[in-house]
Amino acid sequence: MTAIRTQVVPESGVKTAVPALEPLLSEIHQAGRAGRHVRGGEEADTLIPQQFRRRASLDLPEITEPQVVRHFTHLAQLNYAVDTGMYPLGSCTMKYNPKVNDRIASLAGFADIHPRQDDDTIQGALRLMFELQDLLAKLTGMDAVTLQPAAGAHAEFTALLLFKAHHSKRGDDAKRRRVIVPDSAHGTNPASAAMSGYAVTTVKSDARGNIDLTSLKAALGDDVVGLMLTNPNTLGLFEEHLREVCDAVHQAGGLVYGDGANMNALLGVARPGDLGFDCIHINVHKTFSTPHGAGGPGAGPLCVKAKLEPFLPHPRITKDSDGSYRRGPTPPESIGRIRSFFGNFGVLVRAYTYMTTLGEEGLAEASNDAILAANYLLALLRDSYDVAFDRPCMHEFVLSASRQKKQGVSGLDVAKALIDEGFHPPTVYFPLIVPEALMIEPTETEPRETLDAFAAAMNRIAERAKTDPSSVKAAPQHAPLARLDEVSAARYPKLKWLRPT
Amino acid sequence: MSGTNSNPYSPHTDADRAAMLKRVGIKSVDELLTAIPRDALRPRLGLPTGMSEIEVQVHLESLAAKNRPAAAGPFFIGGPVQRRYIPAAVPVLALRGEFLTAYTPYQPEVSQGTLQAVFEYQSLLSELLAMDVVNSSMYDGSTAVAEAAFMAVRATGRKKVVIAREVYYQFRATLETYAKGPDLEVFAVPTDQLAANAGGSACLIVQHPDSFGALVDVRPIAEAAHASGALCVQVTEPHANALLEPPGALGADIAVGEGQPLGIPMSLGGPHLGIFATREALVRQMPGRIVGETRDARGTRGFVNTLQTREQHIRREKATSNICTNEALAAITAAAYLALMGPTGLRAAARNGVAKAHALASRLTAIPGCAIAMDGPFFDRFQLRTQMRGRELKHALAKENVLVDDGLHHEDRDGILIQCTEMTGEEEANALVSAVQRITAGAREAVAAR
Repeated sequence: MTAIRTQVVPESGVKTAVPALEPLLSEIHQAGRAGRHVRGGEEADTLIPQQFRRRASLDLPEITEPQVVRHFTHLAQLNYAVDTGMYPLGSCTMKYNPKVNDRIASLAGFADIHPRQDDDTIQGALRLMFELQDLLAKLTGMDAVTLQPAAGAHAEFTALLLFKAHHSKRGDDAKRRRVIVPDSAHGTNPASAAMSGYAVTTVKSDARGNIDLTSLKAALGDDVVGLMLTNPNTLGLFEEHLREVCDAVHQAGGLVYGDGANMNALLGVARPGDLGFDCIHINVHKTFSTPHGAGGPGAGPLCVKAKLEPFLPHPRITKDSDGSYRRGPTPPESIGRIRSFFGNFGVLVRAYTYMTTLGEEGLAEASNDAILAANYLLALLRDSYDVAFDRPCMHEFVLSASRQKKQGVSGLDVAKALIDEGFHPPTVYFPLIVPEALMIEPTETEPRETLDAFAAAMNRIAERAKTDPSSVKAAPQHAPLARLDEVSAARYPKLKWLRPT
Repeated sequence: MSGTNSNPYSPHTDADRAAMLKRVGIKSVDELLTAIPRDALRPRLGLPTGMSEIEVQVHLESLAAKNRPAAAGPFFIGGPVQRRYIPAAVPVLALRGEFLTAYTPYQPEVSQGTLQAVFEYQSLLSELLAMDVVNSSMYDGSTAVAEAAFMAVRATGRKKVVIAREVYYQFRATLETYAKGPDLEVFAVPTDQLAANAGGSACLIVQHPDSFGALVDVRPIAEAAHASGALCVQVTEPHANALLEPPGALGADIAVGEGQPLGIPMSLGGPHLGIFATREALVRQMPGRIVGETRDARGTRGFVNTLQTREQHIRREKATSNICTNEALAAITAAAYLALMGPTGLRAAARNGVAKAHALASRLTAIPGCAIAMDGPFFDRFQLRTQMRGRELKHALAKENVLVDDGLHHEDRDGILIQCTEMTGEEEANALVSAVQRITAGAREAVAAR
């Protein structure tokens, strides 16, 4: 159980021990062990009528606290995280997550309040949300904000319901049945369109990595709901004909949705509201430093132009003339409720704290540094790998391992070899339009020496692909596990443990 | 301000920036921004300037101090979000940086901590609910309900969804909003009329214990659903399953619920945990990520995200849901909570809620004019009817720093809702009873004087 394997320290190349695998809770279980966190209440058993009582067994593991603590600590140690090293996942903005944000979100005044409390007992929380709405509106150049969506995809679905309400009010919802997405779009865009009952039309990209204007215009018509566009796009490129694109969609009576996954390039650089977008979501777990939590929670506030404001989900936070804050009444045209309560408040507190810490200059500096770091890294890597679209990038860029593929080494092999070099791999095989894609986003919080070490590792792997491709294909050798068999995992699903015995 | 960063988390010195610019071959970042329309470049935003960490801490503490935490006095608000005891070890483990600051486990070789912890969550919940498969989380209980309806629509090819009016109104309202997407028909009927409305429906959605705390006989509802080719969706509460027959034993095809009571702070309603479970036969219709066990190239056991051909990053518009970012950390938190509590601790917490609710109900119904608003047995919360409007009584209690919920959970049933858990203290209960006594007596006198 405590066997030790080795891992390489990136900057120095030193090999060091890491903990190995951990048994399952069901394997640690010993019948008869229990903690004493809560006790009593035995009289409850007779208060529940016989017919409702649990007869099914309840074979949860029995483990005492010291073992539980070691178990989850060992599990944590098997993870790579921003707190342990550079995590250059493209489109994910794995920047440093400040600790003060976590401490503030844990204050009893924020963590121990219930969403059904009356407004006068949560004035501080309402003020925070009101101010956050204002900060996000100013930053995006939009008129109104809902903080409710739990994630980017949730905001996409919410926005498409707003679009539906907008078209419905104009009397042409029935004929508007298609949503346009570029072929470089995140998978959530077409999936959200389908959830909204719409068909999806995919438009290709042009030779410079923009959405192809001619194809877009050909795809537009009076049956189009709108366009979902990420800018900078998933190639890390700013759309060169953005205003023409937005104008064309508007002329067809459609609306333009901004997927804000790449907002970390735009803080103080440009406001989506000035560029033609009708709305944009913000992934605060990307741009505003809230931790990704191993897959979530995030939060996806949706910022909209005035024409969409009447349809926003309720409630929204308003400020009264006496300076008090409240959850406003339901607007008559609101699409309704999109979740139980008012947003991932604990995440929003962290985002507010971050924005307050950095202020206008700090946020602008963050985007500036993110853009500089990406272009610097691109300059260090461009000789070893193919560049998908060769023009200045924003905060991320996409390489192709096509050259390495001819040597027998795939993009995935490069990714796994990076693990042995001590780095988390970039996003691979996305966007779909770039073969053997390696999508790299360094963020503004990696020091230059780490960027240099990452580039050196990437270049070493490119060299090994030429001279010793089989060693690259055998990676990782220094991770807790070698490559996992995903095919049999899907073919013979084993989705839970056997009961503890 | 040479040498001083505006972003305190930036590691870049001016020398670093100069070296990076030089390597890129430019003098300024603006040379990289030529694709941006000139008139839109570098706008003034009108945001405040930055603060030091101590200033931020003080500012945010002052905002936090303007909120009334549950622990600051008698507190009986509950429902989908509950004040539960969180063992000290839970946040210590779940908020470790290696969990907190990791991404979705796309690279399983360096994400085994997340993957195994989520696999443990799936296993623990599967046992608790007696369901075959549990996914790695939805946003919250309400979106889990909506996604369950969508899944039932996919599985049956029908577009009519029937939901009990005694399901949490927040869940029903969210379902109604979601239903506008694919244009589903949603019918809300009293729980006792669910079975009669099964014909032609994709699913019947029942909550047990219901939003008022009443125990519901789920079996005949599940049977009626199955008899007409529909699915039975049960909205459940995690602690109730320690004492009550679980959804899998009652005939539910999908079990959903709010997982916040499993060690997650209330945090004004989020981030929380949408529980989503189903039967093995339906797993390929399920939304959300699922972790499965496999082997690595050396034959060692390991865990991966699996059955991904259901998901948006592979299937795009044909995916079972658009969900990407989920609530994985909440799932890990719930796993740590259940591991620490064990079956004994979980039962004790559930029993405390039941015992305290019943003791309190006896005391409150001894007050003249006060009655339990439901007929049958209840679990750990109940609705109390008095001669006052629920909202009026709620506000009167709040003036005495006793917080309860009112009857807004249901359009036709007025009263106050009282939720008990293991956190409900004796002094709090005494405070509630004496305040209700005093306030309702005052109201009765006022009526008599008229």
